[in-house]
Amino acid sequence: MTDARRPRTLAPPERRVAEVIAAERRGAYDLLVARDAVGPAGPRPGQFYMLAAGERWGGGASERPYLPRAFSFARVRPLPGGQGADLSFLLEEVGPGTRRLGELAPGDPLALLGPLGFGFAPPEEGRRALLVGGGIGAAPILCWDDELRGAGVEAPVLLGFRTAGHAAAADLFAGAPEVCTDDGSVGRRALVTEPLRAELAADPAATVYACGPEPMLEAVRSLCAELDVPAQLALEAGMACGYGACFGCVVPTVDGYARVCVDGPVFAADRLVAHV
Amino acid sequence: MLCGVALGGPILNASGTFDAIAARGAFGDALLEAFPFDCFVSKTITVAARQGNPPPRLWESASGMLNSIGLPNKGLDGFLAHDLPQLAQLPVPLCVSVMGFDSAELGALVEAVGERPEVGLVELNLSCPNVETGVLVGADPRATAEMVTRVRARSDRPLIAKLSPNAADPAAVALAAEEAGADGVSLINTIRGMALHPVTREPWLGARSGGLSGAAVRTVALEQVAAVAAAVSLPVVGMGGVASGRDAADLLAVGAAVVAVGTESFRDPAAGRRISAELAAIRSAARRTAPAGVARSAPGA
Repeated sequence: MTDARRPRTLAPPERRVAEVIAAERRGAYDLLVARDAVGPAGPRPGQFYMLAAGERWGGGASERPYLPRAFSFARVRPLPGGQGADLSFLLEEVGPGTRRLGELAPGDPLALLGPLGFGFAPPEEGRRALLVGGGIGAAPILCWDDELRGAGVEAPVLLGFRTAGHAAAADLFAGAPEVCTDDGSVGRRALVTEPLRAELAADPAATVYACGPEPMLEAVRSLCAELDVPAQLALEAGMACGYGACFGCVVPTVDGYARVCVDGPVFAADRLVAHV
Repeated sequence: MLCGVALGGPILNASGTFDAIAARGAFGDALLEAFPFDCFVSKTITVAARQGNPPPRLWESASGMLNSIGLPNKGLDGFLAHDLPQLAQLPVPLCVSVMGFDSAELGALVEAVGERPEVGLVELNLSCPNVETGVLVGADPRATAEMVTRVRARSDRPLIAKLSPNAADPAAVALAAEEAGADGVSLINTIRGMALHPVTREPWLGARSGGLSGAAVRTVALEQVAAVAAAVSLPVVGMGGVASGRDAADLLAVGAAVVAVGTESFRDPAAGRRISAELAAIRSAARRTAPAGVARSAPGA
């Protein structure tokens, strides 16, 4: 896929401060909503932001967090007037950075840079969209689903979670996503690739959009390769900067290492090389 | 002014911490309208293209980070064909960082880069092992002198020797570079470090060890810049953990001619511009205030 087909909204060239306007617990996750008054109104689904608490970022007992953290936005509500947006982010506490972000409350400052990277490109002519999310990777799938619905497209959404607590994120979706859990506490006890295989068997004229943990993405990649179905995968990687400066977030591709932040985070699956 | 090249101000980027081409892709031409640096220093280029080290390449440490990037680059030909024309569009002078695995390679790089009119300065990244002895060139005064001597005549562009902090005596290395004909020195590069996977206790980084940068190295940088500036009469590019105008003012106070910003740009691409403004405010306040009578306050205040 050429870059010209890949949607990207440019970011202002500096970190700015947004105001947290809501912070809600959603099962195992936190949903953080920030008012980004000066940023672009229309980030593209799949793009991401680098986030840091505006205050007390670092200086804790372990002198971390130090670097900002990368998050795909989960939902966007443009502000009236054509500039700025309310941005939602789905957080899960996995370390000092996500812990600090999870402490933020309405009124707190949130430092952000973005939107960054390339988002999902529309399906090729004659193909339907098929959306697959795993865990916190439901975030970019949610805003992509929002956008497709806004354009009158109701795509199947398949979501996989560890437990019922994580599956609470499925309630954010406007339609009725098909939910799988590892423990069977909600929906079907299965890996999300099971219903994906069934969907593709019923109608292979699809483009698959997926974001989730590495083993899930690898399973989606190999299934789509097996069935010769195009897929766009949104990858996650630890990164220091988010805009191509540090070269820290590379993944192996058929063209050598690529930076997740500026070459992705959305990659055509057939460019990726199995590495898990 | 840096080695005869006029700069609009004293803030550079550290090599390898800002990819102006990728940044222009992410931010568009707004980046050029408020470019964060007064001189742009390229990522290090080598004769042959390099993929860089296997991931993971990053580790967040206490007040800093470790990286093991491994100098990925398109190689000399790729740089000249693809990157240089884009870097020439930046609104500031260009310094190209080069590394050779022996003096023949380094000489070829210096000559090829130095003859391009877009290039104002050349930085010699000396943090590479000598292929014969295995000794880090930039850690050894004699190896540094030999390398600089052999490439000096290949270009009339100012040559800045980038020193390694992983040296017994960086000032002795700086002096050796000066005597061999370097026009300036820059320091510090990252300090070698290691982190282990929290569960497996195996090295976290794909290359096992990496280089430490960020606020964690600031005091080390200040000491080494002070020692080097005292030893040589060349202009010194000071860097290491600079995150504010005050940090930049500290490096200038111990003898740096200009200051480079590295890891802080990862946290904010506009950090260089903010630091410039803070530094200008500090300098103008200093001009208004009498220098005597500064109280000695608590450590770290």
